[in-house]
Amino acid sequence: MQKQRIVVIGNGMVGHRFLEEIIAHAGNDHYDITVFCEEPRVAYDRVHLSSYFSHHTAEELSLVKPGFYEASNIKLLLGEAASIVNPAEKIVSSKNGRMVPYDKLVFATGSFPFVPPIKGYEGTDIFVYRTIEDLEAIEKCARNSKSGIVIGGGLLGLEAAGALKALGVDTHVLERAPMLMAEQLDQDGGAMLSRKIENLGVHVHAGKNTLEITEGDNARKKLVFDDGEVLEVDFIVFSTGIRPRDRLARLSGIDIGERGGILVDDLCQTSHPDIYAVGECALWQKQVFGLVAPGYKMARVVADHIFTEGQSAETSLFAGSDMSAKLKLLGVDVGSIGDAHGRTEGAQSYVYQNQPEEVYKKLVVSADGKTLLGAVLVGDTSDYDNLLQLKLNDIALPENPEALILPNTGNDGAPAIGVDALPATATICSCFDISKEDIAKAVQDGNTDLASIKATTKAGTGCGGCVQLVGQVLNAELLALGVEVKNHLCDHFEYSRQELFHIIRVENIRSFDELIAKHGKGHGCEVCKPTVGSILSSCWNDYVLEDSHTGLQDTNDIFLGNMQKDGTYSVIPRMPGGEVTPEGLAAVAHVAKEYNLYTKVTGAQRIGLFGARKEHLPEIWEHLIAAGFETGQAYAKALRMAKTCVGSTWCRFGVGDSVGLGVELENRYKGFRTPHKMKFGVSGCTRECAEAQGKDIGIIATDKGWNLYVAGNGGMRPRHGDLLASDLDKETLIRTIDRFLMFYIRTADKLQRTSVWMESLEGGVDYVREVIMDDSMNLCETMDRDMASLIESYQCEWKTTLSRSAQLKRFRHFINSDDSDDNVQFVNVRDQHRPATVAERIAITPVEA
Amino acid sequence: MNWNTICHIDDIIPGTGVCAKVNDAHVAIFRPLNNEQLFALSNIDPFAEASVMSRGLLGEKDGEFYVASPLLKQRFNLATGQCLDDDSVTLPCYQIRTLNGQVQIAG
Repeated sequence: MQKQRIVVIGNGMVGHRFLEEIIAHAGNDHYDITVFCEEPRVAYDRVHLSSYFSHHTAEELSLVKPGFYEASNIKLLLGEAASIVNPAEKIVSSKNGRMVPYDKLVFATGSFPFVPPIKGYEGTDIFVYRTIEDLEAIEKCARNSKSGIVIGGGLLGLEAAGALKALGVDTHVLERAPMLMAEQLDQDGGAMLSRKIENLGVHVHAGKNTLEITEGDNARKKLVFDDGEVLEVDFIVFSTGIRPRDRLARLSGIDIGERGGILVDDLCQTSHPDIYAVGECALWQKQVFGLVAPGYKMARVVADHIFTEGQSAETSLFAGSDMSAKLKLLGVDVGSIGDAHGRTEGAQSYVYQNQPEEVYKKLVVSADGKTLLGAVLVGDTSDYDNLLQLKLNDIALPENPEALILPNTGNDGAPAIGVDALPATATICSCFDISKEDIAKAVQDGNTDLASIKATTKAGTGCGGCVQLVGQVLNAELLALGVEVKNHLCDHFEYSRQELFHIIRVENIRSFDELIAKHGKGHGCEVCKPTVGSILSSCWNDYVLEDSHTGLQDTNDIFLGNMQKDGTYSVIPRMPGGEVTPEGLAAVAHVAKEYNLYTKVTGAQRIGLFGARKEHLPEIWEHLIAAGFETGQAYAKALRMAKTCVGSTWCRFGVGDSVGLGVELENRYKGFRTPHKMKFGVSGCTRECAEAQGKDIGIIATDKGWNLYVAGNGGMRPRHGDLLASDLDKETLIRTIDRFLMFYIRTADKLQRTSVWMESLEGGVDYVREVIMDDSMNLCETMDRDMASLIESYQCEWKTTLSRSAQLKRFRHFINSDDSDDNVQFVNVRDQHRPATVAERIAITPVEA
Repeated sequence: MNWNTICHIDDIIPGTGVCAKVNDAHVAIFRPLNNEQLFALSNIDPFAEASVMSRGLLGEKDGEFYVASPLLKQRFNLATGQCLDDDSVTLPCYQIRTLNGQVQIAG
């Protein structure tokens, strides 16, 4: 029998979701599926579009698992738009002249940005905000611009404004209504949002209409408003709402609503039963849904219906969708639930407003005061999950509903709705429609951490707003199952690294023997010894080769050099910021020549000398230290270097002195041990030549100061850094880095890079910001003090080693002979040498050394 | 049996190892604890064929000591030389003793 043919027009978020749903139902081989995708790339996450500016990879935004289309036998026509549908013959034709017959057709054509026909709206330097191509154009334009305006102060408009601000242009937002986000917020909430956004340096113009756009005198564009005022900016982004893309459906004779939108019923069927429409192109009960969650629900309804047709199984119906939203716009928390405006008959409201802290909260309750109808939250959305569950599950309100939004000042806090109180059917993740019982079941199936819950159920992988709640359900379920979550370091210590750190500090423990005697058992191993050695160093910064610490050091630390495959070492002197004098270079060259060392510029902007015999290390370092060098700690889990671009001192594009800052930072943080190695990067302008966003700490100069990125990584699993703070002055920047490092040292797991650590933190960079910038845990003073003590106790380990004659004996190869290691042999390569392979070694060793 | 005197036991920091030359062989001597208990094995890492074993970290599991190669971290039982990560590999062992504080290896 011939397979049923499904054609999908549109490969946006909802179109892609439909494919995932239908494959999940029917498997890879059940249907013959063809997808028209007009854009040049597969489905990507438009909800997080603005993150493209900080990450710049379309891959990160992609929603498609690599290989999904191939594995599912879906024919994807990239860059090929459908041009006409013939419902009578059931054929779709494309712009390229392709004709594809179908049995079932799904429209997922989405929407297009609506631009009001203001005089002058067409022309250069005018953009919309919808696709990656739009973003690329905006970014290119922003590079040559000082200022920009977003017309439209709705949700998407504020996203766009955040993007403009991140691009470093003076940002304006214009809204025709008297307030921002008029759809989601009430008047007072909108006013609070405006004030907060203005404090962030974004100019808000509310209650204004643009009459005309002309050429500017001082900037490229001039906007003339209805109140007679004018504003000059270099470019304009329109975000004035969306319209369903229904043109193709209209041309094809499918019924369209009066004001646009493909008419659909509860099964998302159009006027032709074999043609469906889902997402923003569909009009259901006179509504077009501009959020992704309702679109996802429609996708599921259609997949269900196609799959179950002809079977007696029940199919689901689309019944509207909750339009609640929790967002962070320009760094401001905003939440809106249900009937935010109190339009329900008899609705009453409770309001909490805290002007000094810029927090606004409103509850809308039913006439009888028993159920929650809606809520508005600005500046603090910590109550959002709680309130949303109350609303979605019609949970009876407590006697004093106002307590739900009042700050917790006394003994009796807000009556939190613990996850236990939620019914099993409560929707936890509305993007993927995952209920509490779905998560509980996944936990019972052995998914006992957040990452695997996300992977199995997809909960929390849409907008991400529910991640905290998912975590709570997970923990509650683990507790219920009696699962003990073990994070013991190893057999010798029943503690995590974080706990050991705490014990060592509080009890002032100074050696491994003392720690294992008091808190461990046995004699230690290759896991706990280096971990404890690192913690001791992070806490007390003693010389790492004290007798009591020597046996704790891993391969590289134990002889203060990186061991190579033949047992020789590399020698890498510190060159802060990659800076080196001609005299320094000459000294390095001299040492390399004298000790016959292979010489290479390393990946960290320094010079590495390889093939040093252990017994030569002290002499080599004596020469280097005499020439003014210090150890580069290239062997240590510590700060390696700060990579810098040339910066404003020489570069004609430079905005800040990246080399100067890099040198200062490298000197400030060198020496002390961290849970894993650390790399810094400092770029002098947004061209980012130092690749700072791929470093543990990345700093990029702006015309107002420095942007600080954290937890980036290159290496095995690349990760772009998260923007922790913008436009910092140097003092604040350094204080913030101090605290970031201390917080990482305190809480990371063993051998955990900042990138992995960041991903393990619930709340991620926002949480880190609260701790180290807002001092939410009252830790900053201690962390500042600890960092000061670490910096003060710095010593060059090689200098200390050379001053101790007992140490020097350790560097001989044999304890009972001055002979060298005869296994170390070299062969020539490109005018230098490399270690001989074993075969080569045998061939050339007839003569005993 | 011929006992070669290598060094004084105090020359070996507790918790570490050293390499000795015994009749042209490279021998790793380990002193896991702060006492006279010593172990001697070949210093040649059988996987990398480099003379490095004495520079490995010492560990203990269920009362038995092992050394983890400093190169690729394979573990070897100090008493038997048996590789704990690969049954087919064993490090040669040497007899070792302390006499009046002097470390001696047979050979």
